[in-house]
Amino acid sequence: MEREMMLTRQGWADALKELGRQDPRVVVLDADLAKSTLTCQFKDEFPDRFFDMGIAEQNMINVAGGMSLTGLIPFVSTYGVFVSGRAWEQIRTSICYGQLNVKFGGAHGGISVGPDGATHQALEEITIMRVLPNMKVIVPADYYETYKAVMAMKEMEGPVYIRFGREKVPTVTTKDTPFEIGKAYSVREGTDVSIIACGVMVAEALDAAEFLESKGVSAEVINMHTIKPIDKETILKSAQKTGCVVTAEEHQKAGGMGSAVMEVLAQNHPVPVEMVGIDDTFGESGKPSELMEKYGITSKEIIEQALKVIIRKKNKN
Amino acid sequence: MTYPIKLTDKDLLLKAIRMRRDIVEMVHAAGSGHPGGSLSSVELLITLYNEFLKHDPQNTKWEDRDRMIFCKCHITPAIYSILSRTGYFPPEDLLTFRKLGSDLQGHPSRFHPHGMEMSGGSLGQNMSIATGVALGLKTQGKQNRVYGLTSEGDLQEGQSWEAIMSAAHFRLDNLTVMVDYNKLQIDGHVEDVMGVHPLDEKFKSFNWHVLIIDGHAITQVKEALAKAQTLKERPTAIIAHTIKGKGISFMENDAGWHGKAPNDEDLKKALAELDEQEAKLSSLNPTP
Repeated sequence: MEREMMLTRQGWADALKELGRQDPRVVVLDADLAKSTLTCQFKDEFPDRFFDMGIAEQNMINVAGGMSLTGLIPFVSTYGVFVSGRAWEQIRTSICYGQLNVKFGGAHGGISVGPDGATHQALEEITIMRVLPNMKVIVPADYYETYKAVMAMKEMEGPVYIRFGREKVPTVTTKDTPFEIGKAYSVREGTDVSIIACGVMVAEALDAAEFLESKGVSAEVINMHTIKPIDKETILKSAQKTGCVVTAEEHQKAGGMGSAVMEVLAQNHPVPVEMVGIDDTFGESGKPSELMEKYGITSKEIIEQALKVIIRKKNKN
Repeated sequence: MTYPIKLTDKDLLLKAIRMRRDIVEMVHAAGSGHPGGSLSSVELLITLYNEFLKHDPQNTKWEDRDRMIFCKCHITPAIYSILSRTGYFPPEDLLTFRKLGSDLQGHPSRFHPHGMEMSGGSLGQNMSIATGVALGLKTQGKQNRVYGLTSEGDLQEGQSWEAIMSAAHFRLDNLTVMVDYNKLQIDGHVEDVMGVHPLDEKFKSFNWHVLIIDGHAITQVKEALAKAQTLKERPTAIIAHTIKGKGISFMENDAGWHGKAPNDEDLKKALAELDEQEAKLSSLNPTP
């Protein structure tokens, strides 16, 4: 299906500009990547409320924390690897333990970062952010969802992490699709299998569902844009209906969105689950589409796992 | 009561003795804690909290208050003593230090006790927090001053220098950081473990104003804090040469007392020494 291709990071930048106009307390910090994360657009409009902290992420995170203590609402931006990884303990001890009102934007999430290679492809953020008490984690599917998520982050007191990517991604929501942090929803109804996806994998899941339908399989697609707090109700409702689940994320399988979904299922309504994601390996250089293909982050892989999990369900019954 | 207030040096020294008593009693009662670095910071904190820091223990959210950010947060015995003795919470609570359910955590939370501006305990992080607070206030055109207390252990963390670099970059002359430079850390002498010398030249080359004092000489602490308020365009580091374990003879200059609790006998000896210091001081005529 043809879908409009747009940048999620432009959603981040557009929302920051709008928040800047609405609230003088909003400030933005970046670590020498403003042109890449697109916070340079906020800088152009609000030069006095933009702070380039240079290539010193740990300091940037805690300076943002200090600024929040004076009543400002800092949005911090750099590549996901650096914000979530390099400054993890700063986020843990200063921001999350201190419940400081700092918002994190992790750019260049996922293997679709492409030619920069493994060092710059963030594949672990969901795991290492969601384990932190007081943290919220959002992985929006497209431009519009990113915009709405950033607007919602500001209204939510305390730390929130949002991931966005480098490449343009297919648009799967509209300007008017409702968005609420922590509230997942089904993008497509189905009865044979639930595909629970986040980020760019929502589009892949929709493509997979369309193909499955042509083969007589009815797949439900859930947009799990918030990984924490996870929407138990929506997960359980869908799993109770379909009896099996495929999770799909552009992220390590270990500890990510799929793990969060399985924590809910295993404790409340165990059903067969298969996962689509990065399988305990680092990425490499290549074109985004080549990498998605090589590492199995595709609608094709979702289809295979869906057929497999349906067989497991049948064998169980 | 609103601070700052004016006190005689003798009054400040008497308060310092009481603070040292609190420190050894708290660590003894808890059976763990950090007496050495607490004792070395006493004069710095007594002088700052009484005579320089603008604060009101009855109104902890006062907009115009100055902000104190502790970078060396393991010295909770000193931190809780100064907060309690300036009126943030009853001194009786001090002996709940490090016990289950107490507000007085081993390393402080920003939510309790009253008077804590920021949590801390992981070194290197709060120099950045202090920088952020100073930057945030300055961005909003506010006049409040920001103070920090660091140590050479805290300055071994690379992040501290990221913060020091950025505080100078943003010309944060509303920021004054005192360095409790007691030359010892857990594993021994700082210069044997990981040398930080020369600290003054390091701060200067990072574009800070630098003042060097004896951190136990009340007059020098006062002069430096007063001078720091007048220095413009750059943040100020007050490098205070101090003695780890200061005031308790058998704890002085002994890295072993970094994180060890005195036993009953140690406590008795320590309190006797402090009683003696107090009696000697009380017998002196009031100093001007």
